[in-house]
Amino acid sequence: MAEQEVLMAVENLNKWFPVRKMGRARGYVKAVNDVSLQIRRGETLGIVGESGCGKTTLGRAMIRLTDVTDGRVIFDGQDISRLSEKELRPLRRDMQIIFQDPYSSLNPRMTVGDIISEPLVYQNMYSASERIDRVRELMDLCGLDPVYIRRYPHEFSGGQRQRIGIARAIAVNPKFVLCDEPVSALDVSIQSQVINLLMDLQSRTGIAYAFISHNLNVVYHVSRRIAVLYLGRVVELAERETFKNNRAHPYTRALFEAIPQVGFDEQQKKAPLSGDLPSPVDLPSGCVFHTRCPYTQPRCRTEVPDLREIDPGHYVACHLV
Amino acid sequence: MSIKANANVQDAAYTSFYHDAFVRLKRDKIAIACLVFIVLLILVAIFAPLIAPYPEGFQDTSAILAGPSSKHWLGTDEFGRDILTRIIYGSRISLSVGLIAEAIAVTIGVFLGALAGYYGGKIDAVISRIIEIFASFPHILFAIVIMFVLGTGVINVFLAIGFVGWTGIARIIRAQVMQLKEKEFVEAARASGGSDLKIILRHLIPNCLSTIIVVVTMAIPSDIMYEASLSFLGLGVQPPVSSWGEMISMARKYLRTNPTYSVFPGIALVLTVLAFNLLGDALRDALDPKLKNL
Ligand SMILES: Nc1ncnc2c1ncn2[C@@H]1O[C@H](COP(=O)(O)OP(=O)(O)OP(=O)(O)O)[C@@H](O)[C@H]1O
Ligand code: SF4
Ligand SMILES: [Mg+2]
Repeated sequence: MAEQEVLMAVENLNKWFPVRKMGRARGYVKAVNDVSLQIRRGETLGIVGESGCGKTTLGRAMIRLTDVTDGRVIFDGQDISRLSEKELRPLRRDMQIIFQDPYSSLNPRMTVGDIISEPLVYQNMYSASERIDRVRELMDLCGLDPVYIRRYPHEFSGGQRQRIGIARAIAVNPKFVLCDEPVSALDVSIQSQVINLLMDLQSRTGIAYAFISHNLNVVYHVSRRIAVLYLGRVVELAERETFKNNRAHPYTRALFEAIPQVGFDEQQKKAPLSGDLPSPVDLPSGCVFHTRCPYTQPRCRTEVPDLREIDPGHYVACHLV
Repeated sequence: MSIKANANVQDAAYTSFYHDAFVRLKRDKIAIACLVFIVLLILVAIFAPLIAPYPEGFQDTSAILAGPSSKHWLGTDEFGRDILTRIIYGSRISLSVGLIAEAIAVTIGVFLGALAGYYGGKIDAVISRIIEIFASFPHILFAIVIMFVLGTGVINVFLAIGFVGWTGIARIIRAQVMQLKEKEFVEAARASGGSDLKIILRHLIPNCLSTIIVVVTMAIPSDIMYEASLSFLGLGVQPPVSSWGEMISMARKYLRTNPTYSVFPGIALVLTVLAFNLLGDALRDALDPKLKNL
């Protein structure tokens, strides 16, 4: 991958949360473990995995909404993993976030105009009157009628609220937007509209997305490449087509199991595998998947499999592949 | 920073949260009666010199401790001063105690509560201890101690009542901010470069505003009572300034000679306290039903 093509590079990233009992740290929730991946300019990287596997934590670390325990986050050629909140402030113009919950993500006491212009205010972009024009333009772009600029969020439907959240995220013309389950809270009929809006915006402005979801259909639809996370580790990463025919990791195969060749069926609500997800506090030794893998071998319990490139652009972390 | 409507574009009408709340409040007849009473009281306080039948401090030596008459509707005190006039001027003290002392209490309470709730950790631990210490003394005792230290006088009454009255609001704001800061809109503000101060001012405190309004309205009557109590005990405002509490205190000695002397300032006090209490209840129901068990 050419250097200048890479917008976001995560290198050996770890994010651990201390577990406190009686005020003392008693171990860590190992939410993200040794993750390395790259996102190119203008592309969408899908991030999938079961609930609790660290998707949100990884995404939040990428845009430094949380500090990182170890490893590096290189955004647009700059290592941002150790920057302070203050140093990050000007960089936030280039990286934004769209949330899952269209209700809690909008301040109920602010008008739509104030909500969408907020990032412009923090980033000192445009004069006050230009901002209004910019907000109208953004509302129009996101499929909202600009006459509603002075309305409050509670007067909008979930889908419209999500459009407001999208307009806010793209207001500053970011290069990268983290979409954390942006359609999971919406009616199925609305989901495709919002997804189409996101894809449309991408083709117009060349934003890169990290698209988190546990709906494989949606991720497959929007992504160019997909990373599969299990217990905070990337177990497989490849072009999206690979996941149709050449899924290599036993976990990925289980995850995509009941899915027919063309497109994917219903979203998988229950855990697709037998056995419980191990606790991220006591990660299994060796391959994190060995407690549930049908092909477990002795070395899987002791040796951590590297994420190896088995085909050009196709990375898998499994001893058997 | 707020977006103003462009003159050439017709913006859709909007309804705000406060508009809805006001519609709810308007249905409550008692609340509206209380509101009218309070507004009238404020007008009386402002225009006291125009309304009062006699100048402040005017002594009618021909009528000392007289009962109600056509000359002095509510009678006179031991110096022959018109009691109605003194009650009208006394409303200034009661209302400004409610206003200024509560403003002091709210400023301290909101500031410390927001800090504790937003930052948590050690800052929260320290502020919470301070709240506990302040709240563990009976308010009136605390106020008395402060008055002893500061000395009597109107300004010191404000300060004393303000300094003892902030713990309740600090606790409520702390709890609300703790909840609010987890909301994604706060994270969104941070993600686009909002500083802590801007987040607290733009997002957290405005979302606590309805609570603040309710708590203030409910706290004003007790502030007025504290002033009356301090003045009754001779620690509050000093003659010749009239305050309802001070009048009741002076009237004690003349309960036999002129019983109505103490009754009328008492009625003024009770009505005012009642009006603020009932309005506070109604505001709570209209703005913030969550505070029901306050
Ligand atoms: N602030 C935190 N403190 C402690 N543990 C946390 C914190 N945030 C997340 N975790 C833990 O880290 C792990 C990963 O959480 P994360 O939210 O990243 O998962 P996710 O893949 O986004 O899940 P979901 O699909 O449910 O959103 C979980 O075990 C979670 O409990
Ligand atoms: S390394 Fe072993 S346990 Fe892990 S996925 Fe491969 S076969 Fe299964
Ligand atoms: Mg998540």
